[in-house]
Amino acid sequence: MGWFDRLTGREKSAQKAKDRLRLVLIHDRADLTPGQLDALKDELIAVISRYIAIEPQSVEIQFSQHGREQFLVANIPLRPPARRRR
Amino acid sequence: MPGTVLTITSGKGGVGKTTATANIAAALAQLGKKVVCVDADIGLRNLDLILGLENRIVYDLVDVVEGRCRLRQAMIRDKRLPNLFLIPAAQTRDKTAISPTDMVHLCDDLRQEFDWILIDSPAGIERGFRNAIAPADQVAVVTNPEVSAVRDADRIIGLIEAEEKGPARLLINRLNPAMVRQGDMLAVEDVLDLLAIDLLGVVPEDDAVVVNANRGTPVALDEKSRAGQAFRNVARRLLGENVPLLPLEDESGLLQRLSRLFGRGD
Repeated sequence: MGWFDRLTGREKSAQKAKDRLRLVLIHDRADLTPGQLDALKDELIAVISRYIAIEPQSVEIQFSQHGREQFLVANIPLRPPARRRR
Repeated sequence: MPGTVLTITSGKGGVGKTTATANIAAALAQLGKKVVCVDADIGLRNLDLILGLENRIVYDLVDVVEGRCRLRQAMIRDKRLPNLFLIPAAQTRDKTAISPTDMVHLCDDLRQEFDWILIDSPAGIERGFRNAIAPADQVAVVTNPEVSAVRDADRIIGLIEAEEKGPARLLINRLNPAMVRQGDMLAVEDVLDLLAIDLLGVVPEDDAVVVNANRGTPVALDEKSRAGQAFRNVARRLLGENVPLLPLEDESGLLQRLSRLFGRGD
């Protein structure tokens, strides 16, 4: 970003293009819309909750990539033991 | 040694597939290789026009496949480069007139006689694309540093992998160095980062491309054109030479160096 843009806080259009493309390519490659990803997340939380106590609001599911290989990475925090006991 | 089939494709239309095919072919021929280009864009014939051979067409690709002429009769020899040939597309038929198997058989014949067989793929991801990709030993994906072209390139790269024709290599066409410098066009590194494939070349935007297309002469034969130089470099890379990327701008001028130093914010 140049000094003028830094002053005005305006983002360069190439950076904007790259950010938008990064997101759209992830969903294109996985053939999964953001809405379907949300549904997947809800179902996953429901299934795991049947077996173990988790913190549903802290669950993170995102795509990560290495070259052209894609991974679905889930971060599922368990509820602390103290609160697990009723 | 049998020749190599290089398919040039893109997904999106209008990014410069035909220009790239004509100019890489011309550059390879100028380096002494025996080259034939095949226009696989049936119904939307254009490679003949870019090469300036449009008035010499008698038979076309569909005539060969349907047995109305011998392969040799459909080959048009270039007027400037005696080892460059064209097999034109049919203009009044559609892509279903040919099958992927037809293309494989055709290229098996061409491999015996030519060092390089360049196939100009139609835009899109349907039959025409599958025809063009079926005989490929190597694939070049052409894109522009623009959002829609990069997205379509990603899609086509995925399809090439699915057909087990990968890894494709990328040709970034019509890059405007001044816009990249100002942060208003995706840079080469940005596109490579997004698409995660190897680079075959970068062709800068250059008025000489249009001027040469107007005349029906390949810009690759224009010694002064930067786009022409870029296409010549691509040809040498295809032959296995390690050719560094062209500096995107002429950096020799003092004025340019000064303006960069005190630059408009970069």
